[in-house]
Amino acid sequence: MEWKRFGFIALIILVLFGIVVLIGQEEVDPGVIIASMLATTIAVATPLTLGALSGIYCERAGVVNIGIEGMMLSAAFFGWFSAIYLNTIFEVPDTASLWIGVVVALLTGGLMALLHAILSVSFKVDQIIGGTVINILAIGITGFLNRQMFFEKGSVFGGQVPHAPGTLDPIHIPLLADLPVIGRVFDQQPVTILAIVLVFVTHFVLFRTRWGLRTRAVGEHPRAADTVGINVVRMRYINVIIGGMMAGLGGAYFTLESVPSFEPLMTNGRGFIALAAMIFGNWSPFGAWSAALVFGAAQALQINLQFFREVIPPQLAILQISYVVGLAPYLLTMLILTGIVGKTTPPAADGQPYDK
Amino acid sequence: MQIPGEKEKPRGIRQLLRAALNAALVPVLAIVTALVVGGGIIAAAGGNPIAAYRGLFEGAFGSAAAWSETAVWATPYIFAGLAVALAFKGGLFNIGAEGQLALGAVISAWVGYALPGLLGISLPPYIHILLAVGLGAAMGALWAAIPGWLKAYLGGHEVINTIMMNYIAINITQYLLNGPMKDPSPLNISARTPYIAESAHLPPLFEGLRVHWGFILALVAAALVWLLLWKTTKGFDIRTVGLNPDSAKYAGIDVQSTVVLTMAISGMLAGMAGAVEVTGLNYRHELGFSMGYGFDSIAIALLGKSHPLGVVLASILFGAMRNGATRMQFMTQIPVDVISVIQALILLFVAADAIIRFIYRIRARAERVTLTRGWGG
Repeated sequence: MEWKRFGFIALIILVLFGIVVLIGQEEVDPGVIIASMLATTIAVATPLTLGALSGIYCERAGVVNIGIEGMMLSAAFFGWFSAIYLNTIFEVPDTASLWIGVVVALLTGGLMALLHAILSVSFKVDQIIGGTVINILAIGITGFLNRQMFFEKGSVFGGQVPHAPGTLDPIHIPLLADLPVIGRVFDQQPVTILAIVLVFVTHFVLFRTRWGLRTRAVGEHPRAADTVGINVVRMRYINVIIGGMMAGLGGAYFTLESVPSFEPLMTNGRGFIALAAMIFGNWSPFGAWSAALVFGAAQALQINLQFFREVIPPQLAILQISYVVGLAPYLLTMLILTGIVGKTTPPAADGQPYDK
Repeated sequence: MQIPGEKEKPRGIRQLLRAALNAALVPVLAIVTALVVGGGIIAAAGGNPIAAYRGLFEGAFGSAAAWSETAVWATPYIFAGLAVALAFKGGLFNIGAEGQLALGAVISAWVGYALPGLLGISLPPYIHILLAVGLGAAMGALWAAIPGWLKAYLGGHEVINTIMMNYIAINITQYLLNGPMKDPSPLNISARTPYIAESAHLPPLFEGLRVHWGFILALVAAALVWLLLWKTTKGFDIRTVGLNPDSAKYAGIDVQSTVVLTMAISGMLAGMAGAVEVTGLNYRHELGFSMGYGFDSIAIALLGKSHPLGVVLASILFGAMRNGATRMQFMTQIPVDVISVIQALILLFVAADAIIRFIYRIRARAERVTLTRGWGG
């Protein structure tokens, strides 16, 4: 990962933060604004980070995954559904049912990924079509079950949305979270913290272990990997499933950590932005995380500007149209993909089925 | 002239029929299998599959009004499905039909309600309709030509770029429909444009039914796409680039401009889908109406095997299912959303035709689509 790219990313984040500080400094102390922006950025970047990690595991092994969105959506639904089901029907305590929900979300993501692997590794379906199947299937299944389980008369909950067990409690990082002003940045919920840990873990696994070396070999040159005795199909299956579990954890963020409810299509394209973050970060965990933070910062700016709606100076009136900032992630991705800003190099065998 | 890799042209009616049967075999079996699995899901949800499917069929084809509604549903599907299918033929994956459709609809609506006032004249119906549909289509073409250009000249992968441009289009549409283009009537709280002028209405086909001339336009578009692809030199270029860009280049075809052209025509068709919905059916553009067309159009193109006739048939099937679902829900209390599951299953079985070939013991032909060749950079 080149320093130029990190410098570019840091610059964008600085600019985004600077805008909010400039606008809000009359009303609120800049330190508080920065802390608030940082805390929001880290939190909203979570599904993007996890989605990007999902893409990294799959594509480093040579399987393109545009089904991240669908994996997240189905995990969000099944994780939430199992939490609420255990909580209402079996009266499992709130925290326990939420954590079981996280596990179910993880498994759901893994299961959807298994389907993707069967399609694209075994049946050698075009991988983009395979991913599209995952996305359409997820929209269909979650929409149908959501209606069937919660809004039909004969449903398990008697036709109404039951009381949700809330969201996962934040983890208070000792010492750091007690710091004045900036402390709240270290007061994050568990999936967010897990996502950051997984960035480091993924980097270590990919670049410091035998497993990672083999994964990359399978993604760069499967024939060579096969020749030295690496089981290409097995490596691809396992990596795709791990990737699916990452996306599944990202799905848990939506319904178990961010808000205690499910809505059809609630992932709202975050899976695709995650894909963009993966490309933006050049298929490396730290690169993808920093890209996710950029996109998160753009979203945090939109959220935080809401508080300063009245004091936005006329020269910056365009920012009142939050849609303008909303465009940033997409435009940046297109710029970087076309080589206008930086250069990306995907794994050489990305997207190609392996014929023995 | 024969493109390497394409099958021999069938000669004579019998061979033509056999070719059609062969081509339709897997899609038809995929539909049957998906309906069987879907029946299992309906039964598991406590419904009677036979009653549900009867309701679905009656709702879709049980009366003149039902036929009309099925055609209404099928109209944008045909346009958007053709858009994806044409791009497939050119070796491109246009996931951006949704965005192209939305912007086409926005422009078409704007031409419909604002242009006469802006020009200070009342436009005669024919001209006004032509402008509304034509400029909507042009907007779609422009929106798709951008990722086409990025692909051809800078190597940016069209899948990512069309996805990104979808979201850009959605953001722009949200802004316009909540801001400058919002319907100013005092009670309006929705993100939608005002009604278009009467002179921009695409007339209905029959008195009292909602099916409109857009359906005929869609069928004409399908015929034109067929003519373009198989009866013109440009179409030959498009298909050759789709099969193998390298040999196309050696054959003297301008690959780069062909890629841009393919995307532009594809986007034009998607834009038409939006324009026709505005001028023929809703008479305005409302936020959220374009949702889901991107994925549905991919499913339709795959089910129709990227052939215009296949796309028309697949669109009518999908339209019939969407239309009949309401009656199915009314008769059996199964939520309409089950249709999305069945459609996803159809797509699954069509995409992974190896599953279908395995179940029904059909010998496989040696062919495989590969659209993904890494993301480039």
